[in-house]
Amino acid sequence: MNKGIAWMRGGVALAALLTGLAAAQAGSLKIESWRNDDADIWNSTIIPAFNKHYPDIKVEFAPSAPADYNAALNARLDGGTAGDLITCRPFDASLQLYQKHQLDGLNDLKGMDNFPDVAKAAWSTDDGKVTFCVPMASVIHGFFYNEDAFKKVGAKPPKTMAEFHEILDKLKKDGTYTPIDLGTADQWEAATMGFQNIGPDYWKGEQGRLALIAGKEKYSDPEYVAVFKELASWAPYMGSGFQAQKYPDSQNLFSLGKAAIYPAGSWDISTFRKDAQFPIGAFPPPLPAGDTECYISDHTDIGMGVNAASKNKEDAKKFLEWLATPEFAELYANALPGFFPLSKAPVTIKDPLAAEMVGWRKDCKSTIRNSYQILNRGTPNLENELWNVSAQVINGTLAPDAAGKQLQTDLDKWYKPAK
Amino acid sequence: MRGSFAKRTMAEPLSQVVASMPRGRFLALMALFLGPAVAIYTLFSIYPLIATMALSTYTTDSSGAYQFVGLVNFVTLLTDAVWSKPFWNAAWNNLVFFAVHMLVQNPIGIALAGLLSLPGLKLKSLYRTVIFLPTMLSVVIVGFSWNLILSPLWGVAEGALKAVGLGSWFAPWLGLPSTALVTLALISVWQFVGIPMMLIYAALLNIPDELIDAARVDGLGHFRIFWHIKLPLVLPTIGLVSILTFVGNFNAFDLIYTVKGALAGPNFASDILGTFFYRTFFGFQLQLGNPTMGAAVATVMFFIILAGVCLYLFIVQRRLRRYAF
Repeated sequence: MNKGIAWMRGGVALAALLTGLAAAQAGSLKIESWRNDDADIWNSTIIPAFNKHYPDIKVEFAPSAPADYNAALNARLDGGTAGDLITCRPFDASLQLYQKHQLDGLNDLKGMDNFPDVAKAAWSTDDGKVTFCVPMASVIHGFFYNEDAFKKVGAKPPKTMAEFHEILDKLKKDGTYTPIDLGTADQWEAATMGFQNIGPDYWKGEQGRLALIAGKEKYSDPEYVAVFKELASWAPYMGSGFQAQKYPDSQNLFSLGKAAIYPAGSWDISTFRKDAQFPIGAFPPPLPAGDTECYISDHTDIGMGVNAASKNKEDAKKFLEWLATPEFAELYANALPGFFPLSKAPVTIKDPLAAEMVGWRKDCKSTIRNSYQILNRGTPNLENELWNVSAQVINGTLAPDAAGKQLQTDLDKWYKPAK
Repeated sequence: MRGSFAKRTMAEPLSQVVASMPRGRFLALMALFLGPAVAIYTLFSIYPLIATMALSTYTTDSSGAYQFVGLVNFVTLLTDAVWSKPFWNAAWNNLVFFAVHMLVQNPIGIALAGLLSLPGLKLKSLYRTVIFLPTMLSVVIVGFSWNLILSPLWGVAEGALKAVGLGSWFAPWLGLPSTALVTLALISVWQFVGIPMMLIYAALLNIPDELIDAARVDGLGHFRIFWHIKLPLVLPTIGLVSILTFVGNFNAFDLIYTVKGALAGPNFASDILGTFFYRTFFGFQLQLGNPTMGAAVATVMFFIILAGVCLYLFIVQRRLRRYAF
């Protein structure tokens, strides 16, 4: 039986092998990652800092393109050519690797108690007993704005949705800037920078997220449809032809100073720091009418674990122990502004925009994206559906209540909440 | 004509040499000539194909253990709406993708080949090279370039249309559910039109000048010569081009993936079997890969292509008359 499987998997792995990936050697460490944008910073800042403590361990940062990462990593793990350290996507993608014995449990790793449970949840088994990746960073959603544009129309960062729409109207009337810089061609921005960005205020953050998992709330409920209604109202303020506007288009439009408001993920900070020539401000998602408490999407996004097949686990663990130290937290947060450390240790963030965003944690309650935990385990895949319907709602090809209904119907096809 | 001469004089002695060979040497000779091709073909084509088919009869649980389930994956794929809806959507889109190629790429290819083979055309090799050039570009570059050309933000398409007074015709074609697939198909046509052109051009060159001269003496013009003499003579090549287009289109993936991503939006309007397979086998974002179901999709794709090729071989190709010159 096992032999039969082995030769079949061999056939599948053949393709992966053919790409000519060298197997990891003992004495050095190879890091698998999807953060190819950060390769410079890893090579020039993070790895040298690690080598100050362990000069004998050679570390190679070997990233793949973000969209291909999961597929490429799985093929390499199955084919036995993956690196020693695996950058972990949150929740099920990594949980599956642990269940297939491709990631080691890390409960006894020194420094794991530097992280709160909520940070570890993204890389733990459902019962919370085993954690298999060291939490590295979270990303926060909100809005960036071009301060020159706001000055021109005499606007201040909006606190409520009503104020937000007033500003949009002013910007549209003025006509110099595209009021909202968002495209729907790649679909994920509509879901991630749209739905998951403004949504937590509507569904009350963790309370709503857990109620969805428990089956007490549904995507077709009014608070979720209200988010879609808000998104649908953005279309007139977006650039012409936004249906074909891709993510890099949106980034360029804002960097070039042609757009006023950019629904953002904090990871965009470094892009704009490099390219934008004007002052940038940030504001958290404006509150819907009648709400007083604010919530932000503070999403556990990136962790790191050990390849169970690594030949150099001893050094890999040393690297992870170093990742769990406050020294790394401080280094990472400032080398890559917009990736916020998850450790309990207090960290000073120097980039003002990043500091502003992380400051929202004081006033607003943090939550993670509501589609990430557990609700993605079946077919059809909820996250894919969420991208699809969010983009369609903004495109105007799907009504907000129909979007909520479609999500819930697809979820109901396989998800039976525990009673 | 030189070929048939060579056959008549060379064929007899050669077959005598082979026939008089000791059996062992004959087999060794066969192994020498056929061995490498058979070995490579078996290792890289037949073995993965059979391994994929075998994999499609299994399923995995959360720990990654495999269980034999027979044809359950295929039943699920074709009857369970969760799987069959996206599958048939992708299959239909693939058919549209193929239809655009057949209706646009191949007629244009034939027409270009016809023009190139006109006697007295100047700069022939320049045209041939320029038209064939996009075929040699990487699909990633083609996808990226057309993305920029058609971009509503920075593209030249809108400006070009405005310049001729058709500015109102412009739309974000790649982003609209009604136009995305056809636009992608036309980009692919633009890239690959050189292949039918070259194949048919080569076939046209093979037509003996005597036939053309005779037709001209009978008073036929260029168009009627092409329509009544050249075109019927290259029909077998057109058949070949069609089947190559069919196989290529039903295996297509790269252009859609480059331009629209694996989710092939909007609302799966540009999803074809290749992207559907990719999402199923490798997973996408939070969707985990399902190798056994993916293998089932790949197997169904293989049978669709096999059926198409058989249909062509047994029904179309047998009726094509070949002309020996």
